[in-house]
Amino acid sequence: MGILDVKNVNKNFGGLKALSNVNLSVRENTVHAIIGPNGAGKSTLLNCLVGKLIPDTGSVMFDGKSVLGRSPYEINQMGISRVFQTPEIFGDLTVMENMMIPIFARRDGAFRMHAYESVANESGIIERAEQVLEDMNMADKRHMHAAAMSRGDKRRLEIGMCLSQEPRLLLLDEPTAGMARADTNNTIDLLKQIKEERDITIAIIEHDMHVVFSLADRITVLAQGTPLVEDDPQNIKGNPKVREAYLGESA
Amino acid sequence: MLGLNKKDATLLIVVAALTLCAPFILNPFPTGSAMAQFNAGYPDLMQRFIIFGIFAIGFNILFGLTGYLSFGHAAFLGVGSYSAVWIFKLFTYNVIPAITLSVVVAAIFSLFIGFVSLRRSGIYFSILTLAFAQMSFALAYSVLSNPKFNLTNGETGLQVYADDPQWFHRDSLPDLPHLFGLSMRSTYSLELGAWRFDFNAGYYLCAVILMIVFYLAIRIFRSPFGMMLRAVKSNQQRMNYTGLNTRPYTLAAFVISGMYAGLAGGLMAAMDPLAGAERMQWTASGEVVLMTILGGTGTLIGPVLGAGFIKYFENIFSKINDTVLHNWFAFLPDGIEDFVVFIVHPFIGKGWHLTLGLLFMLVVIFLPGGLVEGGQRIGRLLKGKKKAPDSEDPEHHPKETPHVAE
Amino acid sequence: MDALLLQILNGLDKGSAYALIALGLTLIFGTLGVVNFAHGALFMIGAFCAVTVQRFLNLSFETIDETQKDFLGNPLKVKTPYVESWFGPDLGAGIIDWSVPLAILFAIPIMVLVGFVMERGLIKHFYKREHADQILVTFGLAIVLQEVVKYFFGANPIQTPEPNMLRGSVDLGMMVGFQANAIIYPIWRLVYFFFAIGIIGGVFAFLQFTTFGMVVRAGMADRETVGLLGINIDRRFTIMFGVASAVAGLAGVMYGPLNPPNYHMGMDFLVLSFVVVVVGGMGSLPGAVLAGFLLGILESFASTTWATTTIPGINQIIIYLVAIIILLTRPRGLMGRKGVMED
Repeated sequence: MGILDVKNVNKNFGGLKALSNVNLSVRENTVHAIIGPNGAGKSTLLNCLVGKLIPDTGSVMFDGKSVLGRSPYEINQMGISRVFQTPEIFGDLTVMENMMIPIFARRDGAFRMHAYESVANESGIIERAEQVLEDMNMADKRHMHAAAMSRGDKRRLEIGMCLSQEPRLLLLDEPTAGMARADTNNTIDLLKQIKEERDITIAIIEHDMHVVFSLADRITVLAQGTPLVEDDPQNIKGNPKVREAYLGESA
Repeated sequence: MLGLNKKDATLLIVVAALTLCAPFILNPFPTGSAMAQFNAGYPDLMQRFIIFGIFAIGFNILFGLTGYLSFGHAAFLGVGSYSAVWIFKLFTYNVIPAITLSVVVAAIFSLFIGFVSLRRSGIYFSILTLAFAQMSFALAYSVLSNPKFNLTNGETGLQVYADDPQWFHRDSLPDLPHLFGLSMRSTYSLELGAWRFDFNAGYYLCAVILMIVFYLAIRIFRSPFGMMLRAVKSNQQRMNYTGLNTRPYTLAAFVISGMYAGLAGGLMAAMDPLAGAERMQWTASGEVVLMTILGGTGTLIGPVLGAGFIKYFENIFSKINDTVLHNWFAFLPDGIEDFVVFIVHPFIGKGWHLTLGLLFMLVVIFLPGGLVEGGQRIGRLLKGKKKAPDSEDPEHHPKETPHVAE
Repeated sequence: MDALLLQILNGLDKGSAYALIALGLTLIFGTLGVVNFAHGALFMIGAFCAVTVQRFLNLSFETIDETQKDFLGNPLKVKTPYVESWFGPDLGAGIIDWSVPLAILFAIPIMVLVGFVMERGLIKHFYKREHADQILVTFGLAIVLQEVVKYFFGANPIQTPEPNMLRGSVDLGMMVGFQANAIIYPIWRLVYFFFAIGIIGGVFAFLQFTTFGMVVRAGMADRETVGLLGINIDRRFTIMFGVASAVAGLAGVMYGPLNPPNYHMGMDFLVLSFVVVVVGGMGSLPGAVLAGFLLGILESFASTTWATTTIPGINQIIIYLVAIIILLTRPRGLMGRKGVMED
């Protein structure tokens, strides 16, 4: 039993089989990578985990509770935070405000009508936000408009926003897609650091093998909507089936 | 002060001072002088400044913070007016219960319309609110005005008649809306030399209410709730994946702004006990959109400025006619004078709407931040083009990347 | 049965107008991605093109007719339109009589020009702005256009009668085998309906069978891809704006005889046309046309005495009511495409 258990998940779009019989188990406090060629169903799988899509059959259990049929905000409140392929942040707000919102969400739940209190008086939230910004090395940017930052900084901010919620599971959707090499390396370092410093489970969908092999404890290879193998990184590299389906293709 | 930081407290004090001294400020020209036509310090117009200011402040809480553009807020104003007049007809001319009921009814009404409309966003939301408002207008204008069930009195408008019950009315009380006996129409005129200043009870009731609701608006803007609303405008997807349910936030904003509109409607009836369907027409909704944009969307003071600006110029422009123009341009040679008057003529008097439309376009095109942004630009120019220092105050940052709330 | 048919027919004229305006709105929205609140004003300008043509044709000079005396015994002043003096009294009078259909010839270039100017001069700069800004600026433009027309033509409705020949009614029921007088239908409404069908057919054929139309349709489906092919999609879209403007304008020209044009007719139709577009499905041309006719007919049914005595005023709210129900149950509208203006 892992913290996240995907059992017999199937998803069809019209006649197209996007996922067939997917079984997957993410163990607590590991980094689990899901890789696969384009169209393997990685994004579909991820969307089934966060409530954007509902599988046709099968179950997705997080910490013993089903996530199916819940909306994204409910799933987040269960303890799953998601980082998007292109950073999704509050562009019109300052970095500091960006950081405060997820902390409010964790403290006050999905909705609270705190219309008469002042943000300036929320010292607990402010302190926590500043601390996370410090951890992310972004304290100097706190008054900046989030939209004005570089892409690498936006990614860093988004990860920080997710971490500030102290999620039990962090989902990363191709966190380095479209990034320059330097930004990619920074992101890898950041994720490594997070992995070492915190008790956190990370599930990562990734295209870039460099990223995957630098981080993952466990890898699932997805091909044509179905898991090919699930194994440790060193075994994956040598697995002929994987080479054929995936690495062979890119080589 | 009052839980506000120094800047907001200053703003509140300035607004309070301006509203309280408005009878002086708006009447700078001696009565009877040529410039007296530019005076705006008479009770009727000052009341309108304040009432539309309240309407726009409320609208801005929805549009300015969440980015949801409602084209139906006039419906709530109309509902507020009708509720108030019904209190006058059935119970008493005292304005307190009337205004209270307008706010409550507008809240219920906006809760219903908001609940339905907010299931969609972006342009769909705008059109849904537009449809609801037009429907309300049609309901008020004809459907709810028939011999069997006459709630709105149709085209004539709802008003108080001599044979209405008015159960709590006593003969000692004024036969007009009043506040515990103080008639809303009672005005004290102060003559100072050539000047005359009018202090009207109704105006000061409106002014006090404006200060209260302006204060509440500041609180909302600075609250975690207000921050969430700005987050809705910025990125709904991130909101959802951050564990926040956007629907109740937007609905709460919608209802609050509906209550502001209802309050404005109630006050309107309290100043003049009459309610008509035309108050609910979508062009009236367009007007409040205009005030908000013109003043500065998403800023605290903008909507008040916008409302004052539009109501003032509406009044002044409508009064100017060709004779006045000829007087102004009399210094020009005859031919040129006639030409100038000819050019200006379409924009004045009945042409006020043309001016308004043009102004609206110009503001949207060149000054999306409205008068507030304009003021800031001028301020920056005067300061010698120094870049304004970064502050935590979101309203002083013009948006860099527009993000459509869809 | 005949009563049913009559109500359907009664809905056709308004339905035609809704369909034509909604068609243009959808074209503009689908191609340029702009929500045009000034589209109703184009309809109104079209109607006033007819008014203008009528006024031009009626320009007259005065002559003194010595043979006739007025009641004071002075020679009678007779006004003769220039057209009559140029083409002879019979043909001239005929031309004046047919001023509304003739106005089509005048309206097409004017409306296309207005469309071009509007797109190049204003709308172009709003492609990348928020929808709210687009709504607001076109709303402002609508007010301006409306006020300009009011300035020149006044606030009162102006009669633009149909040609004599097309006045009156026909007994449609008799033609299809019902008893006499069951379905009496004004001729001009029929003309308007067939005119609308013709225009709609023309637009669809243009989009379906010309390469230009194919590119535009492809652009509506996926603008980026078409752009990548190196096709200058923007210029074609500008032309489509002109076409949409002409469609709205022609709808206005021919509507005059049904309802004398006034300066705010555009706004009145605009709100309903938006509702039509949304009901039909944002970005779907057939949806706009279908919804236009459906809602027009629905409105006509709601206007029957039976309906209005059961629920007073139902005819005035039915369209909104239906729109709200449809939007909530089928958020994409009747024929909306996936991915157009979705959350």
